Amino acid sequence: MEYVSPEGLRLDGRRPMEMRQLRAEIGTVAKANGSAVFEMGNTKVIAAVYGPREVQNRSQQINDQALVRCEYSMANFSTGDRMRKPKGDRRSTEISLVIRQTMEACILTHLMPRSQIDIFVQVLQADGGTRSACINAATLALADAGIPMRDIVTSCSAGYLNSTPLLDLNYIEDSAGGPDVTVGILPKLDKVTLLQMDAKLPVDIFENVMGLAIEGCKAIANYIREVLLENTKQLEYRRGL
Amino acid sequence: MRGLQLPLSQTQRIRLQRALEKLQSLSCKANSDASVTVADTIPVNYEDAFLKGHGTTDLNGDLVATVCGVVERINKLVYVRALRARYKPEVGDIVVGRVVEVSQKRWRLEINFSLDAILMLSSMNMPDGIQRRRTALDELNMRGIFEENDVVCAEVRNFQHDGSLQLQARSQKYGKLEKGQLLIVDPYLVKKSKQHFHHLEQFGIDLILGRNGFIWVGEHVEARDSMVVDQANSSEQSMVPEEKSQTHTPLEMRQNICRISNAVRVLSALGFSIDSDLILETVELSSTVKIDIHDMLGSEFHVLVAEREAERRSLMGKRKR
Repeated sequence: MEYVSPEGLRLDGRRPMEMRQLRAEIGTVAKANGSAVFEMGNTKVIAAVYGPREVQNRSQQINDQALVRCEYSMANFSTGDRMRKPKGDRRSTEISLVIRQTMEACILTHLMPRSQIDIFVQVLQADGGTRSACINAATLALADAGIPMRDIVTSCSAGYLNSTPLLDLNYIEDSAGGPDVTVGILPKLDKVTLLQMDAKLPVDIFENVMGLAIEGCKAIANYIREVLLENTKQLEYRRGL
Repeated sequence: MRGLQLPLSQTQRIRLQRALEKLQSLSCKANSDASVTVADTIPVNYEDAFLKGHGTTDLNGDLVATVCGVVERINKLVYVRALRARYKPEVGDIVVGRVVEVSQKRWRLEINFSLDAILMLSSMNMPDGIQRRRTALDELNMRGIFEENDVVCAEVRNFQHDGSLQLQARSQKYGKLEKGQLLIVDPYLVKKSKQHFHHLEQFGIDLILGRNGFIWVGEHVEARDSMVVDQANSSEQSMVPEEKSQTHTPLEMRQNICRISNAVRVLSALGFSIDSDLILETVELSSTVKIDIHDMLGSEFHVLVAEREAERRSLMGKRKR
């Protein structure tokens, strides 16, 4: 199948290096300590953060740092065919783990000893790149909850189809079976915290694809910072003197 | 951006927007570039020595924010005041909490901190103000004082060396809160002031603005004189939980409580800082426009309050000049 037309356009009309439209909203879950909705094109994810709060299960308490937990789920209505998925299947456990590890790397857990931070992410609409969207939403929610972090984490995926590197794959491109590289970076520290690929790629092409994904992460980081700054300013001026 | 989760009509949306823009223009002059987000570099003068405070970290010699908030500078200290975050206790703060556990000689209270706070039986005074003697019987009767899910008002006593938080309730004004509503708002909206207990006489209501963002609106109770030391029968009395007259709360009182609580809810939804004057003004506004209690949470009243607040702040700004 042809994923990039001779004119250099993808199936949804994007250029190979073009990202989908981003949209973020902070404070969508009223009772949570921090929450956000993040959209990348048709992929839509909601995240809620609770904590730092007292550890629920005493045996899991860590004496010198906070316990970070993460739960990823997909709403039944998120995909094209409405499927009843069992909670805690292999895919969602794996993604929960990935998100947890990525977020734990940026949270300054040693500042909140013996407490627990819960991150809940749910996919409302799935159109490829849910993993990246979840990480971006979780970052926003953590920042909204006022949890100290080394840096914001942003994530973006890139693939390689029809011998062209493509940024931010959608569902059709994702299910084409080509290589799919998901990268998560700390833009300020310039460090990679997440790198996943479920296919083989020659090293030189891999470098290209990963470079493209990092560019995408940086673009997302800029957007996220804008949203956060706007939100902070708004909170401050509303509060008044 | 944090939006109101309310259905607004076209005119209401425009009015709200205008009021918020007015608020923005009023505060912008003071500090427009003091807001930072996570991983923003905070400009500091490296010639002078500076101390890095909360919400900052050192990255390759630069001072970098770790939370979203506003940069504050006090002498050499540079710190970031986080806005939306859980409560950071300071010694002497007045807090309202909910009992989550009764255990050996102590109660555990949820106060919106990263850990549960501890209220020791020994940091409570007897109902008549004398120090408690440690007896086994006293310990057995702890549930007579506070049970699980009771709402309690107390003061932050100190931090233990392991980071846990201790509370005390040594005066008559602290203790169990009954016949009222507990409201939970963001802690940054409640400012530290001299007075956190307010008696709203015209309504006969006690208002407690806990620094942890827990706000109590309840029927006024006459504080018993704490200094009376009645030695004669104190020992028996202390064992018996106080016999509160279980009279029913009159309808008018319940309406007052609801009206004030709804005023607090509106203010917190709009993100305005909450103090007793502003709450009273909002309540007055609601009665002058003759709005029903349940309609106070509707969009029209939110817009009205926003407009009123914009007006109030602009007046305050003029008076200062």
